[in-house]
Amino acid sequence: MNCWLAKGTENAPTPTPLPRGDLEKHTLSQRVEHPFKSPPRRGVGVGILGSIKYLFSLAFLLCVLFAPDAHALDVPKLTGYVNDYAGMISPQAKTALEEELRAFEQSDSTQIVILTIPSLQGEVLEEFSVKITEAWKIGQKGKDNGIILLISKEDRKMRIEVGRGLEGKLTDLASGRIIDQEIKPRFKAGDFDGGVMAGILTLIKATRGEFNADSNTGRQRGKRRGGSSQIINFLIFGGIALLALGSFSRYLSGAAGAVGLPALIATFFSPLGLVAAIITGIVGLIIGFALPSLFSGSGRGSGFGGSYYGGGFGGGGSSGGDFGGGGGSFGGGGASGDW
Amino acid sequence: MKKLVYLLFAVMLLSVSGCGYNTMQANEEAVKAAWGDVEATYQRRNDLIPNLVEVVKGYAKHEKETLQAVTEARAKVGTIQASKDILDDPKALSQFQAAQGAMSSALSRLMVVVEKYPDLKANQNFMDLQHQLEGTENRINVARTRFNKAVETFNVSIRIFPNSLTNSMMLHLKPREAFKAETGAEKAPKVEFGK
Repeated sequence: MNCWLAKGTENAPTPTPLPRGDLEKHTLSQRVEHPFKSPPRRGVGVGILGSIKYLFSLAFLLCVLFAPDAHALDVPKLTGYVNDYAGMISPQAKTALEEELRAFEQSDSTQIVILTIPSLQGEVLEEFSVKITEAWKIGQKGKDNGIILLISKEDRKMRIEVGRGLEGKLTDLASGRIIDQEIKPRFKAGDFDGGVMAGILTLIKATRGEFNADSNTGRQRGKRRGGSSQIINFLIFGGIALLALGSFSRYLSGAAGAVGLPALIATFFSPLGLVAAIITGIVGLIIGFALPSLFSGSGRGSGFGGSYYGGGFGGGGSSGGDFGGGGGSFGGGGASGDW
Repeated sequence: MKKLVYLLFAVMLLSVSGCGYNTMQANEEAVKAAWGDVEATYQRRNDLIPNLVEVVKGYAKHEKETLQAVTEARAKVGTIQASKDILDDPKALSQFQAAQGAMSSALSRLMVVVEKYPDLKANQNFMDLQHQLEGTENRINVARTRFNKAVETFNVSIRIFPNSLTNSMMLHLKPREAFKAETGAEKAPKVEFGK
């Protein structure tokens, strides 16, 4: 969707990379479309089996269509403070860095993350870097105090990406000097451990004291803080809407619930996979059926009331325990360099 | 009676959350905010230029023309009053774009010229300025890209079905213009050797 917009910038006169993504989609959907033709319509049993098959292939097709476009270079998974995909950092240095950065985040809430990749595969360093910041959201929401040190091994290029909240202390100039004076000479000598270590320590020195760890935040994992009041709003409105629909027809409110709950969870928590969507859909259906009957006093659905929160939101819970960014935003500040 | 009350509720709900009134408003504000960032980053670049010109002058006295082009481009950018009104005026927007585009190409020519002066390139002041300039150019790119995304979201939101109805009846919002790739960007700056 945004791939051609992203390229419409000064540095990259190359026009739309659209055709590739399209092409891949086409070939994929063609491959999937085969089952469509296959279900023979003979007996009743076969018909049902066929329609189940049809449903599955439809679902599969949807999954494929809504899968993110395949890019030349995908954003790698955020696994911790040190994401060494290029294998440049020794295990000892890695543990030392992890400890240093964890301690720093605990004391200052500022989040510094390292990413090394084997190659940019022709992508522009700065554009890839922005993609990383948008996907990882390093730094705390509201403070925007994240820093990413990105290193591409084969291209011999690196970049320090600075979150908006730190731009005052860590100016483009300051990050440029860190690259020029701390990292570059050591990288030139082949000392990757030392370069990364020195760079990170200077970054920490430069940004220490800019932010303090709040008493209430370790890290806001995944969940958006501002969302909770909106969720309550939606729950109230959704409940009223269900009641209103239910007063006409239980099927109507059931359908609304089946559509509404997965939509709600997908908007506020995390995008749902197919299975999770079906499960929440069923829960929503039950709620849609049960809620109006609770209020209309027929008393039949009272058993469902208890499972409302537990069932609905258990499925939507985001992956806790993993390392993650806190929702920090970046405005393109920082500096690039090579060695 | 009871059913009527419920029906009323349903209608209210649909009219508030279903018609996209709030969404469109929010998207329009997002466009304005993104525009603010675009302006701020361009301003930042403009503020850097006097220093840059000063430093280059010290080493490259013979490049008067190039330096003058940069100064002139900066002056021209200054005459265009950047404000939110620009957004509502496609002509002013294209003027703004043209002026900033001229600035970009003047700057890139300057950077090509600079290659001829190794002393200048090794100068600490110049290296610092170069970092700042690169950073600013990158910010401009990011701000422009985000502005274009915000515009796209906004334009889609006033065009899809229930919203388009609300818009034509109540809000009368017009689609916004996104940044186009700069006109000079397709042709790479000409490097002349042996001059």
